[in-house]
Order: sequence, then C-alpha cells, then structure tokens
Amino acid sequence: MIELKNITKIFNRGEVNEVAALEDVSLRIEEGEFVVLVGANGSGKTTLLNIISGAALPSKGRAFLHGEDVTGLPEHKRSRWVARVFQDPLGGTAPELSILDNFRLAALRTRRKKLKIGINEAFKASVRERIAVLGLGLEDKLQQPMGTLSGGQRQALTLLMSVMDHTDILLLDEPTAALDPKSAEVVMETAERLIRNYNLTTVFITHNLRETQRFGNRLIQMAGGRIARDLRGEAKQQLELEEMYGWFG
Amino acid sequence: MTFYLTALIQGLCLSAMGLGIFITMKIFRIPDITTDGSYTLGAAVTAVLLTQGWPLLPVIGVTVAVGALAGVMTGLVHTRLKIDALLAGILVMTGLYSINLSILGRSNIPLIDINTIFSSLAVFERQVYNELWVGLLVMGVLSALLAYVLRTDFGIAMRATGNSESMARAMGINNGRMKIIGLAIANALTALSGFLVAQYQNFTDINMGIGIVLVGLGSVLIGDALINWLGIRHVWLQLLFVMAGCILFQMVLAVALSLGVNPNLLKLITAVFVLAIVGIPRLVRRKKL
Repeated sequence: MIELKNITKIFNRGEVNEVAALEDVSLRIEEGEFVVLVGANGSGKTTLLNIISGAALPSKGRAFLHGEDVTGLPEHKRSRWVARVFQDPLGGTAPELSILDNFRLAALRTRRKKLKIGINEAFKASVRERIAVLGLGLEDKLQQPMGTLSGGQRQALTLLMSVMDHTDILLLDEPTAALDPKSAEVVMETAERLIRNYNLTTVFITHNLRETQRFGNRLIQMAGGRIARDLRGEAKQQLELEEMYGWFG
Repeated sequence: MTFYLTALIQGLCLSAMGLGIFITMKIFRIPDITTDGSYTLGAAVTAVLLTQGWPLLPVIGVTVAVGALAGVMTGLVHTRLKIDALLAGILVMTGLYSINLSILGRSNIPLIDINTIFSSLAVFERQVYNELWVGLLVMGVLSALLAYVLRTDFGIAMRATGNSESMARAMGINNGRMKIIGLAIANALTALSGFLVAQYQNFTDINMGIGIVLVGLGSVLIGDALINWLGIRHVWLQLLFVMAGCILFQMVLAVALSLGVNPNLLKLITAVFVLAIVGIPRLVRRKKL
C-alpha cells in the first residue's frame, strides 16, 4: 500500500527558476491496485513516481509504504519494497555487466551483497528458465553484456529482474516510450503477466492513451502538479480516447 | 639482462598501484589522484616501522590500513561533502604530504642492512631471481584475492555502482558507501606498492610519489588497450593485463634509459609516453571516420 499525505515538491527553492512540481498531493493506492498515471509534460507524473521510489524527497508532506513512514528514506533503502523500470532502457541495467550479473544483483535487491560467489549452476539454470519465457532467445546468452541488447530486450529483462527478489510495488516510468511497437508489445505483455502473477501494486506512467485504456484498474490524471482526475472501475473502462485527448487541451 | 629484470620487478611492485587505479578509474570511473600521497604514505610507514624492527606481517597490516584510511578520507570528502572527486583527491594528497613528512621525520630514510620482503627468499643463487619470485608471489596473491572479490556478489555490486548508479540504487546499493569502500581498497593497494618499492630500492623519499599517478594511469591504459583489443571479459584476465601494462610501462622506461636518455628527462618521457597511449588511438579512430 502506498500513501502520500499533502506532498509538495519544490525544485530550486529561492532561486529565479523555482518550480513547484507537486502541490499538496494526497493519494492512497491499495495493495494490488494497478494505477495508470497520465498528464502533459511537466504535470508532475515522474516527480510523483520519484517521491514514491525515494529518488526525490518531498519539500513538505509525508510518504508511507505499507504503513511505514518512509518520507526521509533514500531510494536504495526503499528498494526493499519498490522495483522500478525506467523510461530509458539504459537506466535500469548495468550495460557493461553480463545478463547474469544483472540478474544476480536483482536477486539480492532486498538482501546484503556478501563476499561470496553467488552465481552457481543452480542460479544460472533459474535465470535461464525465467528468461526463456520471454521467447527472445536470450537464455543462451547469459554471459553477454547487457549493453549489447536492444532497448526492448533490456526493458523486458528489467521487468523480469524486478521480480527476482521480493517485490510489493512496481513503478513503470514510460517503459515503452523508447521502443518500437513490437518490442513495446512484448514489454507490456510481460509487465501485465508479472503484475497479475505476483499481485504487484503498480504505478504506470504513459503518454500512450491506448495503453491508458487497456491497462490498469485506476486512472489518475496529473495537471500543474496536482491530481486533476482520479477514475476507477467502470468510470475508467468507459473512457473514450477523444475524451482523454480533450484533457490535454 | 639484470637491468631488464630490475625493470620487471619494479613493474611488479607498481602493479599493486595499477590494480588500485584500475578499481578507481575503470570500475568506479573516479579520477582519484590521492595515489601520489597514499603511495608515499605506504613507503613512509614501511620505512619507519622496519627501521624500528617491526616484523613484515604487521608492517603490511599497518600499510594497508593507512592506505585504506587515505582512500576513506577522499571518499568521505567526495560523497558526503559532494566535492568533485578530482578536487577531493587533490585535497587529501596535499594533506598527506605533510603527514608523510611528519611520519618520516626527515626527507628520506634509507633501508640499508634491514631485512626486507625481498631478502626473505633465498632459493636462487642470484638475488635478482629471488626478488623476482617475491614480486611474482606477492602480485599473484594480490591479483587472485582481488579477482575473487570482484566475482563475489559484493564485487558485482561494486562494478554496478561504477557502471550505472541509477540501476545500483534501484538494486538496494548505497552508492556513496560503495565508492568509499572502492577508494579504500584502491589506496590500500597503492600503499602496498609504496611498501614494495621502498623495500626494493632500499629507501623512502618524501618526493617518491610525485607524478606516480601518471605512471599508474599509463600502465592501466596500456592494459586497457590490450583488454579491449583482445576482447577480454574475464575479470582475472583483465587484472593480469593491467599488471602486464605496469610491467610494459617500466620496460619502455628501461629501454629509454638503456638508449642513453638522460635520467633527468624520465618524467618528461613518462608524460610523453602516456600522452602517446591516450592520443594515438584517438587519432587513429578520427582517421578511420
């Protein structure tokens, strides 16, 4: 469960370029909810995601994950609940490390990284099995550096990595924005499957209104650093594309 | 022949520093020039403790500890005060000059008639072979240890921090703490180079570290060029090539000296050689475009 209480985030406070990215935002996302977050550029979507992940700390207000106050907790400590897929496929993986090394770190996301060699045959087999499900033929290329893969392959692997260790919350920050339509489809299918199988609480930012219609059980529209609309259930399902276009003026 | 063997042993002694610079430059991508100070620090501590009659093992322990401490200082200045790594290194290196002088008590300490690590082996008739084996053994152990660490879960986390900070954070890694640990390991290795060189040349001098970072950088760049050229991905082989770079570097300087180059010009030759290592590949690449 995610709870934000009266969150305000001001960048460059006291300077000429001071900007309020979020203004008094309160939001409660229940366990297992799949929230789609839309809004124009600069509306505060990514800042909201950063506040949840700990990549940005609020100027005012408090943030809670599963009832625990995490307001001042840095990103690496919140990783015990939160997994994130970045908009840039380069952001969520270490390009010079092999696929296997990346998965090893993902498997230890909530645990200590000890001075022992953890990559053994059993671990390799488990990674191979998980990757094979994607059908991308990467299961035989575990020693290949992550940076040699296409953006779509990396995003799909990042999604798999997010559930290698215990995860409650999945943050998807425009994960398909840099991908071609076919790769985007693979990534979103993978995301949907994992969210369902692991009952993940999900926040998904997208600019693609068709994805907005197709995914999630709740829709939040951000505008000017505030929540402009919050639609659930049937209200979301019945939304027409034209109506949503209208939100962006 | 002995002349080149001496260069080879010198290269082995400096390989520990090469491995340290490999950690900061290639793994963490931090330009750390604490090296000039921590190298002399290792040599100064070694000289003082050996002349006081300390046995070798505790001297190694103290050398590693003080070198690591120097790295921790740079790491704290860089990560906690958010000061650029280059400036943090300069600050600590500058401070270390006075500390080293205080430790030495004068500008140099000779290590004549003192049992050193190089006199601990007496298997071969010719002393230079004994010294060579000591160098090989020490570097063999060090590189094997480092290769093991880099292959562990902790080592993968270290490499991830240098490669993608956003990914590392998302994987629960405290990047700041990891950088401090990396700088500590790197400077401990550099101090170990000071420990070895001081005993090999039988003296410690307050100025022996000046410009040594350039020697280390050049050596790592040679090793890196070989690693890229041969497409080596295995960590242990990469470390071996970094050490090979250190040895090659010393060999080039030895050849220059054997050709009759004035020893006063050695620093200039070092700078020109490093410039050539960095510059030539760029010129070749530009020509291909």
